[in-house]
Amino acid sequence: MDLSSTRDVPHFRRRLNGWSGIDPWPVASGIVALLVASPLLVIISSLATPRFDVWAHLWQTQLLELIWNTIRLMLGIGVGVLVLGTGLAWLVTRYRFPGQPIFEWLLILPLAMPSYVIGFVFLAIFDYTGPVQTWLRAAFGSPVWFPEIKSYGGVSLVMSLVLYPYVYMLARTAFLEQAAATIEAARSLGFGPRARFWRVALPLARPSIIAGMSFALMEALADFGTVAIFGYPTFTVAIYRIWFGMFDRPAATQIASLLMVFTLVLYLLERAGRGRARYYQTQGTVRPYLPRKLRGWRALVAFGIVSFVIGIAFILPVIQLVIWVTTRLEYDYRYWEFLFNTLALGLMTATLAVGAAVVVAYGLRLSRSRAVAAFARLASMGYALPGSVIAVGVLAPLAFLDHTLDAFLQKTLGISSGLVLIGSMFGLVFAYLVRFLAVSFQTLEASLVKITPTMDMAGRSLGISTGGVLWRIHLPLIRRGLIAALILVFVDVMKEMPATLLLRPFGYDTLAIRVWQFTSESLWESAALPALTIVVAGILPVLVLVKGHSRLFQR
Amino acid sequence: MVVIDVKGISKRYGQVVAVKSCDLQVASGEILALLGPSGSGKTTLLRLIAGFERPDAGRISIGERPVVDVASSVWVPAERRGVGMVFQDYALFPHLTVAENIRFGLRNTSRKERQRRVNEFLQLTDLVPFANCYPHELSGGQQQRVALARALAPRPGVVLLDEPFNGLDPELRPVVRREVAQILRRLGTTAILVTHDQEEALGMADQVAVIRRGELQQAGTPEDVYYQPATPFVAGFVGQADFVPGVASGQQVHTEVGVFPCSPNIPPGPVKLMIRHEAVNCRPGGILATVEEREFLGGEILYRLRLPSGAMIHLEQRNRVTWPIGHQVPVEVSLSNVIAFPSPPSEKP
Repeated sequence: MDLSSTRDVPHFRRRLNGWSGIDPWPVASGIVALLVASPLLVIISSLATPRFDVWAHLWQTQLLELIWNTIRLMLGIGVGVLVLGTGLAWLVTRYRFPGQPIFEWLLILPLAMPSYVIGFVFLAIFDYTGPVQTWLRAAFGSPVWFPEIKSYGGVSLVMSLVLYPYVYMLARTAFLEQAAATIEAARSLGFGPRARFWRVALPLARPSIIAGMSFALMEALADFGTVAIFGYPTFTVAIYRIWFGMFDRPAATQIASLLMVFTLVLYLLERAGRGRARYYQTQGTVRPYLPRKLRGWRALVAFGIVSFVIGIAFILPVIQLVIWVTTRLEYDYRYWEFLFNTLALGLMTATLAVGAAVVVAYGLRLSRSRAVAAFARLASMGYALPGSVIAVGVLAPLAFLDHTLDAFLQKTLGISSGLVLIGSMFGLVFAYLVRFLAVSFQTLEASLVKITPTMDMAGRSLGISTGGVLWRIHLPLIRRGLIAALILVFVDVMKEMPATLLLRPFGYDTLAIRVWQFTSESLWESAALPALTIVVAGILPVLVLVKGHSRLFQR
Repeated sequence: MVVIDVKGISKRYGQVVAVKSCDLQVASGEILALLGPSGSGKTTLLRLIAGFERPDAGRISIGERPVVDVASSVWVPAERRGVGMVFQDYALFPHLTVAENIRFGLRNTSRKERQRRVNEFLQLTDLVPFANCYPHELSGGQQQRVALARALAPRPGVVLLDEPFNGLDPELRPVVRREVAQILRRLGTTAILVTHDQEEALGMADQVAVIRRGELQQAGTPEDVYYQPATPFVAGFVGQADFVPGVASGQQVHTEVGVFPCSPNIPPGPVKLMIRHEAVNCRPGGILATVEEREFLGGEILYRLRLPSGAMIHLEQRNRVTWPIGHQVPVEVSLSNVIAFPSPPSEKP
């Protein structure tokens, strides 16, 4: 069905394939998609021209170490989020214990906390000079062994605590969808509770769990702040060092391309998992498995486990941050400037991201061209790319544009514009768009897809024009999706660190940058206020998620 | 007066021809049923009339005003055609109440008039207690009534219904059909109903147009289409039909179940004779047919019988008369009118 060809023209031009004139949608969404994909293409193309001198140097110094560290980190976090996410999802869906309904959504809260925030809080608390070890030494009078927090184990644990909600949410949905009949069939075949979990429920939930793990690992790969302050060198750290230390952009690009290969594997894994997983049931009355009520010590254990996880993953860090903020004596007068910068950047990016998402989403809806679907998919790939990779990839097109502009102006007006785009807000916002367009697009698409084509046709059959259909039917129905998309992108920008570090205009710092600047010098208390602001803002998307999936939270 | 006039309308999608040069006419106040199997092009034809698709050739006039004419480049978009539409999935606006949905298409009238009209249609469709409910709070049948009220409230001259009863429970359908037909007749609205259910078409419509693979096979009253099917497809699709091989010569058709007078229009040669279930009776002395299958339908038993030539016919018998499989039943066929189609030589007789 087409909304685009409803001009009230008594004559229509000879058309190709039944359309009057050129279909604008493939062009529009194509432009968006190519813009967003250009950094990706730059990085891929750099793979084709390897700089052997760079690789040789890296090989001698740290390449192996980087690869090994990254693999180890993926394994550690992978196991961590798998155990935490799946275990908690199982506990919360299959059993009833005191406080369970509240815990069900509380367990998602760690998403509000960037991993670099919980990272430095844990370092501060559990480090040798921190309160825990100090108290232990005072209590026992002599040096007490305590696991070193600034280690591989420490960084894996900390990031698992922040990233498990991805697995938790998807596993939870998968478990909830499993019909009672399936589990009862297993029971009738003699499977005890443990066997039912390992051999029936878990395999059925596998696609969702793998998708959740892929998301978590993509975030882990992208992270810079946490691994940096833990002194755990990975690719992102190498990129940062080469960028600022050696100003060697091509070398940074080479490393970024290798990092991208890792990401590609995860992306494919996630897509494969997602292909078979549904996110919620839309039809059919499947009788869900009734949870078992826990009593006595079992209920206590369940309650304890869940409280412990939420406690250390969210409540403890927040309390520590609040203590620091309220007991600090000096006041960072520049805080308001950074807050303003962050808010302005967030708002600008969110608006652009939602605008671009509207173009792509409506293109998908209104155009019959198959190219549009491919463009939409291309434009949504950015979420998989680490911010540092995007930053590196953004530079080349920007440099090209800068030089072209400069040459053009030289020729026509005789003036040199210099480097206008590089090092400007434009580059940073562009990088954000590449990374976060997927978020706004998917949120908007979820709302838009609920408006059936027959609703559009019904509106037109009642005499409403195309504009009327958009204003009176679409807008009320996608309004919530638009607002959710704005909030999600806004907070994502607030939390973002790697790309911001690499691309921000000189002197333009955001709250995340301030956190980095303080924590890289172990000034934990000074970092508390900007960190707390980010966490508080981060609760908003959690609320959006919970509200948007409120069906998931009803039984 | 002819309200809907369709002439030579064709539409293709790439290589696929969806509608092939269709001609249709619907008179004022009539209900026309477009009857055909899935994929026959009936929904496409409906959408062409509504204005959601552009035809490749032909013209359509609604109320004497041409709304599309390919040859003279006339095109009136859907929102200006004054044609109401009821969709298979109802397409109610989820963010509006029932009353607001019904009011949606009312413009260019005063507030008081709009309110009056909404009340009128709420009453007409028996939805007064649900006026302030949202669509998701209603049952399927109630939603369907809202869709109908919404389409009719602006008093369009024409309303198009795309398989509107599909989503209803089968037991509800006869009642709902009757109610909808009553409402349409009371308002005097001209309507085209698309359906694949021949019972629906025969029961509701004043005119039936049978369509197959984009081509109109026959158009006429329900009786015309049932008693005088123009093609074997129509014979088989509208009502149940069995075919028995025979030979036409002179003005007669000779078959194993008897010799029947037929019209001179049937060319001499091999034919297949149409036999409806109700034409077959059990009569001692008739030709023997063997029982192959038996289906208990409650008040009746439907028997599938094999004739000596191998052709299969059906016999409806009052219940309590139960014959076993393999039993030989003497049957006779009594036809009020003879419908026979030439058998193409490639077809097995």
